[in-house]
Amino acid sequence: MRIEVKDLSYIYSEGMPFESVALEDVSLTVESGEFAAVIGHTGSGKSTLLMHLNGLMKPTRGQVLADGVDIHEKTKEAREARRKVGLVFQYPEYQLFEETVLKDVCFGPKNYGFTPEECEAKAIEALKLVGIDPDEKGGVSPFELSGGEKRRVAIAGVLAMDPQVLILDEPTAGLDPKGHRDILDMVCRIHKEKHLTILLVSHNMDDAARLADRILVLDKGRLAMDGTPQEVFSHYEELHSIGLSTPSSSELLHLLKSKGLNVNTNIFNEDEAVEEILKAIHGA
Amino acid sequence: MALKDITLGQYYPGDSAIHRLDPRTKLIGTILFLVSLFVVKNFTGFLFCAICLAILVKISGVPFRYMARGLKAVIFLIVFTALINLFMTPGTPIWQFGILKIAREGIYRACFMAIRLVMLIFGSSLLTLTTKPVALTDGMERLLSPLSKIGLPSHELAMMMTIALRFIPTLLDETDKIMKAQTARGADFESGNLRERAKGLIPLLVPLFVSAFRIAADLAMAMEARCYRGGDGRTRMNGMAFTKLDTVAAILLILYFAAVIALGRLPLF
Ligand SMILES: Nc1ncnc2c1ncn2[C@@H]1O[C@H](COP(=O)(O)OP(=O)(O)O)[C@@H](O)[C@H]1O
Ligand SMILES: [Mg+2]
Repeated sequence: MRIEVKDLSYIYSEGMPFESVALEDVSLTVESGEFAAVIGHTGSGKSTLLMHLNGLMKPTRGQVLADGVDIHEKTKEAREARRKVGLVFQYPEYQLFEETVLKDVCFGPKNYGFTPEECEAKAIEALKLVGIDPDEKGGVSPFELSGGEKRRVAIAGVLAMDPQVLILDEPTAGLDPKGHRDILDMVCRIHKEKHLTILLVSHNMDDAARLADRILVLDKGRLAMDGTPQEVFSHYEELHSIGLSTPSSSELLHLLKSKGLNVNTNIFNEDEAVEEILKAIHGA
Repeated sequence: MALKDITLGQYYPGDSAIHRLDPRTKLIGTILFLVSLFVVKNFTGFLFCAICLAILVKISGVPFRYMARGLKAVIFLIVFTALINLFMTPGTPIWQFGILKIAREGIYRACFMAIRLVMLIFGSSLLTLTTKPVALTDGMERLLSPLSKIGLPSHELAMMMTIALRFIPTLLDETDKIMKAQTARGADFESGNLRERAKGLIPLLVPLFVSAFRIAADLAMAMEARCYRGGDGRTRMNGMAFTKLDTVAAILLILYFAAVIALGRLPLF
């Protein structure tokens, strides 16, 4: 599913003293099957943008199209389009409410009118996809799970609706390194197996560079950059000036270069960075 | 209507004379104003109260439109009260349909009550709009502190109010977030009959209660970690002091109240 955002602007509390412009003339297109990462300083408008993509917020100006359908329409088509854009919020585990894990994951498909059997089948598949054993955990209360498990169940709750686009707002916030890696590996696997379009908000430039085909940079509600990781992360100064950084390997190479070692700084993974450093040292 | 649009009781930042008054002055003033609304006997009296209130609102710099939004939350109550008075007041009937009767006295009473309620709300929201919640509860604590001698836990009461006020926006935010998260899963909070709607609230209320308990536990822990142990011997970071402004306000207040009583004694409409 292709998502098109056209001249999108959003103002919070318009006409009130606390008015704040969260998005300003953002235009972008995410192609079907793409893996895009959204990066930006806190308050740059990332969450606001994501909530527009599945129609949760109504733009002050501009529009959002999913395969050409305006997602804010009241039509059946638009509702169907909204179902196909699955949004996983920050700290999604706070949305769990049912008695059992399985029931909670069924909530989404149930709302869209699938039969109980279909719901259960979808829920079981979604739980397997996020690495939770439906036979073992399906019947327990979601409140008894560990933090990482809760989060995966919440993500399964969105996946059970069979989305074609999966949007995740900082899915690894507050997790330990293992939980962090597990969630991202899972997202990667879902992307590959189910060919979903993925939009991932991340504060970790290493993750963004490693996983995404495309990086969108937001700054104070505007789309500051849009390109491949290679293109975006080569703008070292610009990224630093808006409170971001480049992946850690590139940061290290920049440091070495400033100390006089002649290295190429546009390398965004560790292995290549090691090669480059060794080459520079032995060559010198 | 988004939850955020409920302006009733939300602080409106500013630096007007009203904002700068001591919270105790404003509290007493508001109480006197509310009492005066019950002393009023005729429409001329209300007109006088309304003019005084309008002047205060003007001085405070809070836009009238913003204040009026606070009414939205209670419009139902006002209409309901007016209707009850309209139909239930006995007197000379001027219109009748089946068991429904409207008396001349009923129209008079209904208008009277509606005006009184609107002014009550405007008067008390002027207080909360121009006073930071913490200053408000501090003022309340100071005013009530003489009563702690006879066992009224004034500090605890004030602290409870401070915390409750402080967490209203937090809980509204939380509600908003959970509603959005469930809407993203296809939940529908707006359509269906009463029973369906009530059932539809479960996905909202369960996570909300869980959050509220989590927030309360975190707060209790944070307060204990900073050795909070109640009111005895606590000093304040920002002391309260009456200024010339408060003296002026007190004089105006006495004049105002005298005028309201005087107007009530005159045989006016
Ligand atoms: N509910 C809200 N009411 C008013 N302003 C808000 C609200 N949510 C976010 N904002 C403001 O909008 C801007 C963008 O916020 P957000 O989209 O949450 O940014 P991010 O997710 O990138 O941290 C911020 O300046 C923030 O203060
Ligand atoms: Mg955010």
